[in-house]
Amino acid sequence: MALEREDVRRIAELARLELSSDELATLTSELIQIVDYVQQLRSIKTEGVVPLAHALDLANVFRDDCLAPGLPREAALSNAPKHDGAYFLVPAVLGE
Amino acid sequence: MNSERSDPGPYAIVIGLEVHVQLKTASKLFCGCSTQFGAEPNTQTCPVCLGLPGSLPVMNRRAFELALRTAVALQCQIPEYTKWDRKNYFYPDLPKGYQISQFDLPMSHSGWLEIADPKGEFPVRSIRIRRAHLEEDAGKSLHDEASGKADSRIDLNRTGTPLLEIVSEPDLRSPREARAYLNELKLLLEYLEVSDCNMQEGSLRVDANINLHLADAAGGMVATPIVEVKNMNSFRAVERALAYEAERQFAAWRETGRTIAEVPKSTRGWDDQRQATFAQRQKEESSDYRYFPDPDLVPVTVSVSAVDAVRAALGELPAATRQRLESAYRLNAYDADVIVNQGRQFIAYFEQVAQRCGDGKLASNWVTQEVLRILNSAGGTIDRFPISADGLGELIEGVRGGQVPSSRSKELFGAMFSEGLSLAAALRKLGIQALDAGALEQLCRQLLTENPRIVADVKSGKAQAAGALVGLAKKKNANVNPAEVREICARLIAEMP
Repeated sequence: MALEREDVRRIAELARLELSSDELATLTSELIQIVDYVQQLRSIKTEGVVPLAHALDLANVFRDDCLAPGLPREAALSNAPKHDGAYFLVPAVLGE
Repeated sequence: MNSERSDPGPYAIVIGLEVHVQLKTASKLFCGCSTQFGAEPNTQTCPVCLGLPGSLPVMNRRAFELALRTAVALQCQIPEYTKWDRKNYFYPDLPKGYQISQFDLPMSHSGWLEIADPKGEFPVRSIRIRRAHLEEDAGKSLHDEASGKADSRIDLNRTGTPLLEIVSEPDLRSPREARAYLNELKLLLEYLEVSDCNMQEGSLRVDANINLHLADAAGGMVATPIVEVKNMNSFRAVERALAYEAERQFAAWRETGRTIAEVPKSTRGWDDQRQATFAQRQKEESSDYRYFPDPDLVPVTVSVSAVDAVRAALGELPAATRQRLESAYRLNAYDADVIVNQGRQFIAYFEQVAQRCGDGKLASNWVTQEVLRILNSAGGTIDRFPISADGLGELIEGVRGGQVPSSRSKELFGAMFSEGLSLAAALRKLGIQALDAGALEQLCRQLLTENPRIVADVKSGKAQAAGALVGLAKKKNANVNPAEVREICARLIAEMP
């Protein structure tokens, strides 16, 4: 499957990236190269190999249901571009 | 019959439900922040649930156990291997830019839940459960509804709270069945003590997928476009929204003829005030979420013996309790259903009353009529009901044995309820003393002697004249049982020469 300009435009949209026409052209050709590179993996025969969902050979890592101190509100809000001391403030989400 | 449609109409309704339930844990799914409802905004967060760089999630064991218990009770298959995936989308209340959920290897699938309608409006049906998976909740957005221009406020306290998403197959065929499914599911979840199921606090949320199947002109089958209905804040609202939506889809199909093949799935919200659904933004295609395995979490394996142990520890589930009440206390299906639907504590109350008084049917009448009437009108729960199960059992036992006049049992019940009296104290307070048979006969003889007119009338065939004797007897002693007075007087008069 060859990556098309339209695919890249769509991926950019999902990632909330606003691209100029030039940027779209550059990124399309670069992404095609990256995908082609990774495509080499397709030449490996994988019949009979169980799909691997995780790189670590580890399962069942749990924590107990215990409370641990979190962040004071002031600290939680401190990185936000905008807040009112109680809430994070974001540009109005479009009405439904 | 009534305003809610029972006539299936010229179409079949197809409904599937997605239910999110908050699992009853102290801490969040992947961090130690509290899940307590109602805290000040943004006071229950940490780097993990805020999605700050360098933080790592670790699964809450209790959350997984509660999810597993529920899945087993829903008769689901439990795969030996399950993992978590990132569901990517942008929304201000999702700080990481993805939700940790489960995609292709959910922790459970292919279960079922049986629903019945004791009023017999639909047959007993087994509703298939497609899957139940464990995921984290998002935060809460507060929009300025007035202008739409002011900033939206975001509270991230809820972010990372454990949710079990329970997805049914599209097996429900009417809004009423959908409501019955929700009632039964909620009862089961409360039985299992896995969730508070409080819709007001958002610990149980319902989304419904609905469309219609109808016959086209050529005699074939067509389906209307699928609509997902959201924003329903009660089971009653779900039932109404679905009834509304079915009619709306039928009208739209008649007008436009557009089918599922031409229109993609859309989302509509329920407006409780207007009692109507309204169009919302189009839902993104599932592939747009670009799911991939979350590398920060390792998989979970569940052995067959672990599942067996969970199953063995489930205890009696609602369907089994209904059957047991029917056979052990000789209740009909309707009464058993009413009792079981009130939940475990109510069932225990009923059983204690029944055992104390020795008559299941009478106990059932009292708890489903008198006790429930008060709980429904005054609110409150059975564990705070002023009359203990033993107290009510004693009252019913007294009525059965004749020590308590049945004509005054409701009055006694009222005194025990409103003043918290024991049966003995209520009897004293109302001045009720059961008359023994000898005393009552004595009273009747006296009445007949004093009222020769009435005796003569009855003897001449005017049986209704005896009615006056009851009133006179009550004046002599408020504790007399009218039926007994009638019976004894009739016998005495018949014995007279």
